[in-house]
Order: sequence, then C-alpha cells, then structure tokens
Amino acid sequence: MSNALDEIVTLIAPLNRKGVAVTPSSTFATDLEWDSLTVMDFVAEMEDHFDIIIPLNLLPDLETVGQVADAVNTLIEKKNG
Amino acid sequence: MADLFDKFDPMIRAREALGFEDTSPIDVVMEQIISPTEAVIKGKRTILAGTNNYLGLTFDPRCIQAAHEALDAAGTGTTGSRVLNGTYTGHKALEAAIANLYGAQHCMVFSTGFLANMASIGTIAGKDDVIVIDADSHASIYDACKMSDATIVRFKHNDADDLDKRLRRLGTGANVLIVIEGLYSMLGDKAPMKELVEVKNRHGASLMVDEAHSLGVFGETGCGVVQEAGVMHDVEFVVGTFSKSVGTIGGYCVSNHPKFEILRLAARPYMFTASLPPSVVASALKAIEILGSEPQHREKLWRNARQLHEGLTRAGFNLGAAPSPVVAVKIDDRDMAVRLWEQLLNNGVYVNLAMPPATPQGLNLLRCSLSAAHTEEQVKTIVDTFERLARSNSVLSQPAA
Ligand SMILES: Cc1ncc(COP(=O)(O)O)c(C=O)c1O
Repeated sequence: MSNALDEIVTLIAPLNRKGVAVTPSSTFATDLEWDSLTVMDFVAEMEDHFDIIIPLNLLPDLETVGQVADAVNTLIEKKNG
Repeated sequence: MADLFDKFDPMIRAREALGFEDTSPIDVVMEQIISPTEAVIKGKRTILAGTNNYLGLTFDPRCIQAAHEALDAAGTGTTGSRVLNGTYTGHKALEAAIANLYGAQHCMVFSTGFLANMASIGTIAGKDDVIVIDADSHASIYDACKMSDATIVRFKHNDADDLDKRLRRLGTGANVLIVIEGLYSMLGDKAPMKELVEVKNRHGASLMVDEAHSLGVFGETGCGVVQEAGVMHDVEFVVGTFSKSVGTIGGYCVSNHPKFEILRLAARPYMFTASLPPSVVASALKAIEILGSEPQHREKLWRNARQLHEGLTRAGFNLGAAPSPVVAVKIDDRDMAVRLWEQLLNNGVYVNLAMPPATPQGLNLLRCSLSAAHTEEQVKTIVDTFERLARSNSVLSQPAA
C-alpha cells in the first residue's frame, strides 16, 4: 500500500495561507478555506506530482486531506496495476 | 430542522462585505435602451461597454423587420418542444443557414447557448467516455460535465502541452471529447487553436469548440477562431450562442458527424424545453446572414477594440490579454475594483465587474466588451473616464505620457 499522505501535506503547505495545522481530518473548504477553484488547481498539482489522473467526478467525496490521500493511494495502485 | 438557506450564509456575508455605496451589479436596471451602445441607468444616459453586443445588431433595421414579420405571421411563441409542435419552417431555415455558414452537414438550434452546451456535451459523452475541458471553461461547460455520466478531466488553461500530458496519462482505452472555447470571455484571451488541434489529432480525440464570444468576431465569414486558424475541418463540433454577436437568444451546435441527428432524440435539453419563438428565429437568421456577408461590422469592431486596448494601455492599466473585443482591466484590490465599478457607472460608463470564482487566478476585473456600434468618440470617453477615476483613486499614479 503506497502512502501519499505525507507528500500531499507537503504540497498543501505553500497554499496554506491560514497556516492551520494540516491533519488527515482537515477539510479543504472549512479548515483551509479554499474555494472550488483552488481545490481544482490543487488537484492538477497532485496529478502532476503523482503522474495520475484524478477525475473531477471524485471531488464531491473529497472533503478532507485524509480522503484525498486514500483516493490518491487507490489511483496509484490502479496505475501500477 | 435547519433552514434550507443556511448554506448560503457564507455567500450572503461575502456579498455584504463588498461595500457597494448605492448600486451593486445585480441592482442595475436598463431603464431605457437608446441604442446598442447607450441606455438610461439610474436616470442617467450611460455608455454600454459590457454587453457582448459585438456586432451591434440588436437594432439593425433588417433584423427588427424580420422579427416583426415573423411575429405577425407566426405569433408570439411556439408553445412546444422541437420534437413536438415547436419546429417551424424558420427553425429549419436557421439551422440550414448556420450549417451553410460553417460548410457543415448538420446543425441543431437550441433555446440558449447554455442549453446547447448541456445538450451536446452532456449527451455526446456517456458513462464510458472522458471529457477533457480547459480549466477556465464557462459555467455552462462545467455544468454540462456534471450532467454527463462521463469521467471529467481538466487541463491547464490554453496549454497544449498540458493537454498532451493528460491525454497520454488517460491512455488509449476510452473515447475522449475535448472541450475548449474560441475566445475566453473573462480575460479576452484566445485559444491556441492550431496547437490544441494538433495534440487532439495525435491522440485521436474529438474536439468541441465553444465560439460563444468569437462568432462574428473572428474569421473571414465570422465563423470564429476555428475559421481564423484554418482548422474548421479538424474540429468535430462547434457550439455557439445567439445572445452575443447575433443579438438575440438561442444556441447552436454544428457537426459533420454522420450520426449527429440522433441528438434530436437523445438530448434532453433539446427535447424537454420549448423551442425559440418565431421572431427570435427570424432575427437570428437575418443576423447570421449579415455576419457572414458584411465584414465591415467585424472590421469596425476590431478598430474599436484596438482603440480601447491602446488607450487603456497608454493610461497605464494592466490588461488581461492582447487586443480583442473583450478588454479586461485588472484591479489588484477587490474593494478598489468595487469602488471603481460603481464610480464608472455613476459617471456614465457601464462595464462588467467580475470577481472570483467567476474569474481565473483570483482576479478582480473591470471587464469591457466592445461593439461595432460604438463610435470613436464613445471609446475615447470610456478610456478618459477610466483614466480620470483611476487617477482620482490613486490606482494610476503618473500622468499619461
Ligand atoms: C463560453 C460561453 N458559453 C456559453 C454561454 C451561454 O450562452 P447563452 O447566453 O446563450 O446561454 C456563454 C455566455 O454566457 C459563454 O460565455
């Protein structure tokens, strides 16, 4: 099982304008106060970092950092077959 | 139970924080329309510099006469869907005229441009397909994606290499529909059409171009950016609207796909809404004829666009893109954008105030759109008013060179 969480937390850092402590339960909308565009741009960054495709269809279910890490782990495993 | 509207509290607070003194954009009422470029707002004669009325055809006597005649001959509305009682001779003639303009086999007309995107994108791409959209796509494209059962992927705005990268990652399994716009409505920047088409062809995908802001504006006969770039026959679908250059309301999609006509039975936003009223169809048909055969309106539009772009650049403003009929003035500070917008209005110039999330990159924009119907004098007044107000608010410092 790959673990993307630490790398995702690192990717969040430059966009963490509020300087909140990022944990798996942090939410993008409420804790990080990101709007929908910021979330989509961050998705693009993760796609490039992990060399995967994260369809926008997944976004409604990705409210927390932990949920994103789980989804990314699954996508990486799928890519590696 | 909580209030259904509680979810809007952040939006309500954000709106209250904007601090308009007297009028916000949603309070603007056009009390009297004087011409395509002038209206009375708050009792004051105002230059309209934000109406997307690119060719100024809303008052063209030929369009008005055609609408009058259709109104008298066929009544105020069709009271029905295109697939029931709502297809008149006019609808078929309009579809034929647009297909002819594009040299395409098929055209479907819809009740708005928003619905054209809903119907075409939302229906063409199904469960096993992928839609790849430009990140800065219009809301109607995003919503069409939501309506479709396809997998949705976004690529970096106007970046052919990024599109290439994402198509490579997707692999060769699924059918891919790429959706882009010709001219992007917020910043007025144009798609790098040739590069995007090249990437599309290399991956064997299909391309849909939304020419909402570019119909009538680009290309020898006004077909849009696809025509200007010489790639009409490399683009599988073009969608557009009658609500801008055509000066009325409605939308269309053209294609050479041999099975295209099945959309008339498959596209719910085509079937389950009433068709356009005869008068609208008649003025759209006349306007399509005019935009295809009278390049002088396009030429005048571009002279106005260059004059505004040059004037604002010389004054020291930071603009969104190279000259085009959409000229977006970037204002760093949000509160200043709000204040300038309201002062422009109070000084007789109406532009669009555009803010995130409707704008890319978190930009605050005073968005102008030009018309062929603007006079040189009006464009000068727009520039002068911008400059005077920006200086009095210390947005611009140095006097003009
Ligand atoms: C790119 C784009 N597509 C579609 C539309 C929708 O057009 P309509 O006003 O006909 O619904 C617009 C206009 O707002 C647009 O800018």
